[in-house]
Amino acid sequence: MNKVLFFAHLRDAVGGAEFLSVDAGGKTVAELKAELAAKYDLPKMDTVMTAINEEFAANDEVIQAGDEIAFIPPVSGG
Amino acid sequence: MMYEISKEPIDIQAVIDKVVQRNAGAITTFIGTVRELTKGKKTLFLIYEAYEAMAVKKLAQIGKEIEQRWEGACVAITHRVGRLDITDVAVVIAVSTPHRADAYEANRYAIERIKEIVPIWKKEHWEEGEAWMGNQLETVAYPSGKPEESDLNE
Repeated sequence: MNKVLFFAHLRDAVGGAEFLSVDAGGKTVAELKAELAAKYDLPKMDTVMTAINEEFAANDEVIQAGDEIAFIPPVSGG
Repeated sequence: MMYEISKEPIDIQAVIDKVVQRNAGAITTFIGTVRELTKGKKTLFLIYEAYEAMAVKKLAQIGKEIEQRWEGACVAITHRVGRLDITDVAVVIAVSTPHRADAYEANRYAIERIKEIVPIWKKEHWEEGEAWMGNQLETVAYPSGKPEESDLNE
């Protein structure tokens, strides 16, 4: 299983949950993104970055079982 | 801990004290504060949220970039999360270097990088509503799913 974290407007879109447990092992980042975007009607996913285990990951990277995934909307700190 | 996410108000002097070093000839401090008016729109308060573990790592990465680029630099950054009112301090960046020009440049570099790669978001609350701020104009897309190499490793 994988912990998938959501932040900012994406968290609102999944109903306020901090994370979901998803079986994403073997899927690419792009596949998981597309799957969750469709399921939860996530907005503006083309601007959303992804992190695997707290490091930015490309869309073609393959997720391993147990990896922590985070969807990172454009940041606005500072 | 040179890089922190804080739920409590930031002690500015404590951040500065972390970069005191005998070889420094200058310390610059950037203090980011909550502004009331943005393009005529009145902000009531902000909520900052962070992916804390990754945010700390990315702040440390920025510090490392600075130490590589400006010799002898020492960096400390604390970013606040939670509810902030107008004039509250959202971020403090302290940089010390042997010479003043580097301290100014490196400090500017740090805040610009925070706005690119550190997973922190703010939600603006106005009288008539609220919204998460990202790239407000939606001009930035990440076709590869992550920031381009040039964004990540300046």
